[in-house]
Amino acid sequence: MSDAPTEFALPDGVHPFPHRHLTGIAGLQPWEIGFLLDEAEQWIALNRNTSKHDSRLAGLTQINAFFENSTRTLLSFEIAGKRLGADVVNMHAAQSSVKKGETLIDTAVTLNAMRPDVIVIRHDSSGATGLIADKVDCPVLNAGDGRHEHPTQALLDALTIRRRVGRINGTVVVICGDVLHSRVARSNIILLGTLGAEVRVVAPPTLLPSAIERMGAIPYTDFDAALEGAEVVMMLRLQLERMDGAFVPSPREYHHFYGLTRERLGRAAPGALVMHPGPMNRGIEITSDIADDLQRSAITEQVEMGVAVRMACLDVLTRARRGVEGWA
Amino acid sequence: MSLVEKGTLAIRNGRIVDPVAGTITEGGMLIRNGVIEAFGDIEHGLFRRSDVVADAKGALIAPGIIDVGAFAIDPAAATAGGITTSLLMPDQSPPLDNPALIRQAASFPSDAVSIVPIAAATRGLEGREMAEIGLMQRAGAVAVSTGRSWIADSGLMYRLLAYASAFDLIVMTHAEDDGLTKGAAATDGEMASRLGLPSAPAIAEAMAVARDIALAEETGARLHFRQLSTARAFDLVRTAKRRGVRVTCGVTPAHLLLSEQGIGPFRTFARLSPPLRSEDDRKASIEAVRDGTVDLLCSAHDPRGPEAKRLPYASAEPGMAGAETLLTLSLTLVKDEVVTLPRLFELISAAPARLFGLDAGRIAQGAAADLILVDEDMPWKISAEALAGRAGNTPFDGLPVQGRVLKTIKGGQPLG
Repeated sequence: MSDAPTEFALPDGVHPFPHRHLTGIAGLQPWEIGFLLDEAEQWIALNRNTSKHDSRLAGLTQINAFFENSTRTLLSFEIAGKRLGADVVNMHAAQSSVKKGETLIDTAVTLNAMRPDVIVIRHDSSGATGLIADKVDCPVLNAGDGRHEHPTQALLDALTIRRRVGRINGTVVVICGDVLHSRVARSNIILLGTLGAEVRVVAPPTLLPSAIERMGAIPYTDFDAALEGAEVVMMLRLQLERMDGAFVPSPREYHHFYGLTRERLGRAAPGALVMHPGPMNRGIEITSDIADDLQRSAITEQVEMGVAVRMACLDVLTRARRGVEGWA
Repeated sequence: MSLVEKGTLAIRNGRIVDPVAGTITEGGMLIRNGVIEAFGDIEHGLFRRSDVVADAKGALIAPGIIDVGAFAIDPAAATAGGITTSLLMPDQSPPLDNPALIRQAASFPSDAVSIVPIAAATRGLEGREMAEIGLMQRAGAVAVSTGRSWIADSGLMYRLLAYASAFDLIVMTHAEDDGLTKGAAATDGEMASRLGLPSAPAIAEAMAVARDIALAEETGARLHFRQLSTARAFDLVRTAKRRGVRVTCGVTPAHLLLSEQGIGPFRTFARLSPPLRSEDDRKASIEAVRDGTVDLLCSAHDPRGPEAKRLPYASAEPGMAGAETLLTLSLTLVKDEVVTLPRLFELISAAPARLFGLDAGRIAQGAAADLILVDEDMPWKISAEALAGRAGNTPFDGLPVQGRVLKTIKGGQPLG
């Protein structure tokens, strides 16, 4: 377990996490984020044991409703639920009546009627998770909605930074890549900013949101300039179809200006941590020698933290229904 | 000789708004056979001999509202909002792109509201081939329109404006360059960035306006921008008017009262077309009303049920139910001293009548008795559920407002 300090302490008499759902990082207090990170620490330890079982969610039904294809996030949520003893059911969009024209709300009402205890949702439209959260009786966890938010990704990234760098407050973090289309970037900008990090975003202007500075991030178009003094370099995936001339002329040109190479990493602070939410385009946004350098790259650790963070979120969000003292 | 015969309605104790003269005068009104017979300082005895005598109790008596560019026929909403003439957009199913459909729309059987059709400028509103706009004018259309979208093909737009000028027909266009706005659900800015919504730069409007003004200037055609929402677009219209270009524009109260902040968090009732803009653009829109760049206020009435609105933001259809709140929301312009009360009524009745050649929107002997009684101070609260029209998709749900239509009179008949 890390003994990293929580930068923003819970004020006296305040509930550590008074929210019914986790639809985004926006709106969370710094101590609420810190609380989830602290809760995740115990699960890191459990997950490293041979026996990885806890039964606190026994008898509870967790539905993973994935309206957008996903392998790693779905797997991470499934493992997290099962390790806590929940009955986990996966619903894939390809198998659902969404393809038959049923509206999202009808689908939500249908899922709700099956009396789940927690629903994890991924959808390709911004705001879809919040829409469902308003219509169901159980907690809803956002596993990514369009370009809007991906809160558990930001939490696992924060946990990784906290353990590897030792703090978040005051840390200089560079986020490079397709910020425009990235929910990972948005959740990270909000979370890291809330916990006091300096967040720089780097991308060609075609891939930067119009008013990103209003979210507290400092925009750059020159990767080398952004890297000065960076302690964390977070690379984003660029969809290959966006490199065909619409947003970026070619993968080759993108790599030349925005790819993370060993040489370029030398501009960052000594020992700077490299992160990537995966899956990577090796040789485009990141070269293999950096991705595979365990001294610098935290990419596999991010995946490990992901399970722990999701276990913490599932535990915390179901406490009220489980009648945990102080949460009912 | 008595002015009063059977079937007369007398209204006394009102304040008559004459938007053409720009005056408000205390007095009453006599209505017979659906037309205004006399108004102003009317002899007391005439009231007593009328069939029905209504006491306005000091309310305003004004011409009924002429709403330019509604997307649906919605008599209940119109009456509740004081609209007695509704210019219907061609975006119907099927689109109003031939004379028979125009004739059918123009003869919509309603005692509450006159439906005046606007013809589709192109077949199927597809922006490819000109529709029979001359014949549709003969069938009752008062303008032609590009509908919800812009015509991207500059050559076609040029020929359309040139052709329409032969009939002195107004070409009403939607001003957004769709090369920029394709797929967008919001305007570039803080909210789109925070919410992760596909967005387009606000200059998409000015680009469309600049091109269409240039083409109108070249052809001498009459051009009306159904609604504008940005500082740059109003600047273009302002300077074009000074040059003598025959260009006019409208604006909706929503764009005068709400900025992009109104869309958060994912309020699909605030998804409009054009989208809600920045605070600077909102303020510029108000200034454009103040200095007369804006020719008329319209509701862009577009009632939408849950199947179009209870969706993720980017999948929801744009549009708001605006007919019932057009006057109420516009009255804030009077309270904020942007316009005077008579000028406001000009913007919603006399000006549209003049622009589209309608015999309405005026207080005069022999004019049709399309009138509204308004208490401009009455406080009430807008409630989406309580709206009388076809749907309650208003971004103003729960807003306390002042000013309400007390009674709508259509062709001399009090409604509701």
